Amino acid sequence: MTITVRNIVKGFGNYPALRDVSLDIEDGAFVALLGPSGSGKTTLLRIIAGLESAESGQILFAGEDVTMRAPQDRGIGFVFQNYALFRHMTVEHNIAFGLDVMKRGQRPPKDAIRARVEELLELVQLPGYGKRYPAQLSGGQRQRVALARALAREPSILLLDEPFGALDAKVRRELRDALREIHDRVGLTSIFVTHDYEEAFALADKVAILGQGRIEQFDTPDAVQQHPASDFVREFLD
Amino acid sequence: MSAKNKAVSESLLTKALLILAAVTYVGLILVLPLASVFSEAFRHGTAAFKAAIVEPDALAAIKLTLTVAAISVPINAVCGVAAAWAITKHDFPGRNLLISLIDVPFSISPVVAGLMYLLLFGAQGWFGEWLLAHDIHIAFAKPGIVLATLIVTLPFVARELIPLMQAQGREEEEAALTLGAPGWRIFLWVTLPNIRWGLLYGVLLTNARAMGEFGAVSVISGHIRGETDTMPLQVEVLYNEYNFAAAFAVASLLAGLALVTLVVKTLLEWRHGDQLAAAGH
Amino acid sequence: MTTATFSVPRKGRGRHSPLPGLSLTLGITFAWLSILLLLPLVALFLKSLTLGPAHFAEAAFSRRAIASYELSFGAALVAAALNAVFGLLVAWVLVRYRFPGRRLLGALVDLPFALPTAVAGIALTAVYANTGWVGKPAATLGLHLAYNPVGVVIALTFIGLPFVVRTVEPVLADMGRGLEEAAATLGAHRWIIFRRVILPEIFPAIVTGFALAFARGVGEYGSVIFIAGNMPFKSEISPLLIVTKLEEYDYAGATAIATVLLLASLVLLLLINAWQGRELRRRSA
Repeated sequence: MTITVRNIVKGFGNYPALRDVSLDIEDGAFVALLGPSGSGKTTLLRIIAGLESAESGQILFAGEDVTMRAPQDRGIGFVFQNYALFRHMTVEHNIAFGLDVMKRGQRPPKDAIRARVEELLELVQLPGYGKRYPAQLSGGQRQRVALARALAREPSILLLDEPFGALDAKVRRELRDALREIHDRVGLTSIFVTHDYEEAFALADKVAILGQGRIEQFDTPDAVQQHPASDFVREFLD
Repeated sequence: MSAKNKAVSESLLTKALLILAAVTYVGLILVLPLASVFSEAFRHGTAAFKAAIVEPDALAAIKLTLTVAAISVPINAVCGVAAAWAITKHDFPGRNLLISLIDVPFSISPVVAGLMYLLLFGAQGWFGEWLLAHDIHIAFAKPGIVLATLIVTLPFVARELIPLMQAQGREEEEAALTLGAPGWRIFLWVTLPNIRWGLLYGVLLTNARAMGEFGAVSVISGHIRGETDTMPLQVEVLYNEYNFAAAFAVASLLAGLALVTLVVKTLLEWRHGDQLAAAGH
Repeated sequence: MTTATFSVPRKGRGRHSPLPGLSLTLGITFAWLSILLLLPLVALFLKSLTLGPAHFAEAAFSRRAIASYELSFGAALVAAALNAVFGLLVAWVLVRYRFPGRRLLGALVDLPFALPTAVAGIALTAVYANTGWVGKPAATLGLHLAYNPVGVVIALTFIGLPFVVRTVEPVLADMGRGLEEAAATLGAHRWIIFRRVILPEIFPAIVTGFALAFARGVGEYGSVIFIAGNMPFKSEISPLLIVTKLEEYDYAGATAIATVLLLASLVLLLLINAWQGRELRRRSA
């Protein structure tokens, strides 16, 4: 599913978080929103998700205007920085949540849901962890559960907010590879936010570099490294 | 007592004296009065105690107290949860003002609270004539007592939940949102389980205050024996008639309730302290 | 398995938050506060205004009313001060020491929150009147602890005890020994450390607890009227004066005095909030 960001403007009080941002993301692309803190990257991601609303501009999914649509109806999967797992539910129930809350007519039967949960646990390499609680899992395991949960409803768009922020180097690398593999296998369009350019370059097809609410450059990692579009980009990559 | 670095700890003697002083203070101010309630209640034996309790006016008072609590606690619980949801899961102008408003009933003297309702619903009040014309009785009747109880217990649940929900953040709810859950499901399946102990704690405090409220109810109730006397009012009535044994008998029931409240409260703090608001009242 | 269809979009969420339910819960909250709190407050203030300044002043500042303010505010002040000192003591002992019965002591501190005021009132009278467990020995020493302002102070001390303890406890618990150890290495002895290192740290909490106990004590009714004596000009608290006026059908007089009390408490509430806000900013700076 293609994602089009058109002229998005967003301010918090007097602080301009996003100044006229536009992006065209191809179907199946893996895009990184890269930038220092305060650059607006998380805000942009949340606007795409519908968790924040912009002051002006549009968001289009496959050409359809979803700017006014609630997050529940955008067909996205969102992975939060701190996982946001439901602490009172088992891993199983966390993952099944998106399916359990469907309206009666659309909800799959119980065994189909259970099968889907098992399938997802396999996908994120946590088979048999269904009955555990988030508090019993390590950071890396929680992140995998968060990913599985986001994928349960078969979204065509996956959004990730600094997904590996709180993890140590080894776990980060493992998860990075797992994420890329899942993206390719399932055929998602993914956008992830990070301030770590090595990660961005390793994972993404295209990188959007944000500074102070503007997109400084949006290109493949190679292009950005070889032909930085501005001083800001040059300095950021140093 | 564990061996501690002497430089940062008092001598054993000092410690012992301080503990003794603290215990004496609490003993004099809190424990003795509490003990005297039960001592006076049973001064003339258990039979006299029982007789005092099953006396018709006493029973009516017990029934009224329970009824008032049964009505006012759920109302303030539901509204308190609603207020906490609005305040902690959303940003809107005037949020802080709203939080301050919820604290106001704590500053109002109960007598003043009762008076305010009298000015609204009493015979000479704003709605006095209209109520009379429609034969609706609020002041000097049960509805007035419920209203007075509602205002004095208004803040408890909200004050307990607001810091708790604030600390828990919005991410779980936002995650549920991205997973397609409608509002009521988000509340029931995600929020409520996270706040259940805080809610119980708030309900406990609300109930204790609702059953024990005196000043506000005293003003609005009109002291109609057998009709608008709650248990605390009944205690006063009996006491003023020099019927001390009966007064203390009814009082001991309330004191018993207070002790149960303290026990459950302590249990909640002990077992689920991490899921209660940080500071207290 | 098909994905959910997203054909019927929900209402736009708007600026304030993506989470639903704001209008509903805000509506409930406004209705709740308006009916129970705002409307009655407006009624009280309007009634006061309709009295006109002269009549209002006459009722609110009569000699008897002023005597009652002196007692209510004065006794609340003394009781809050007592609780500041001894509340600190209790909090200290609860946080710093381990001894049998510590948990029980901690649980008991909340008794005034749980016990109905009328029950407290008759119980305190039973203990401190001349026939009581404490009153009797006191009487032999010539001390009368009930049916006079002293009784009022005792009752307000009961009511206010938890406030200081509960505001100081968490601050003491969070303090840690670092500062004290540093002071000790610099040669300070225990009392100096307490006075110049610990006390300044917990002082804001003590002030907050004091103010809360004071505010509560000013408006207290049920626990005081049994032990007070209730003699006009001598041992009559303001809330009782209001009730007396009501029984005489002097609604105007009652309203005037109630307005004075209410304004005083609201000012106190504002001051407490401002103080706490200031302390919060000072600490996080």
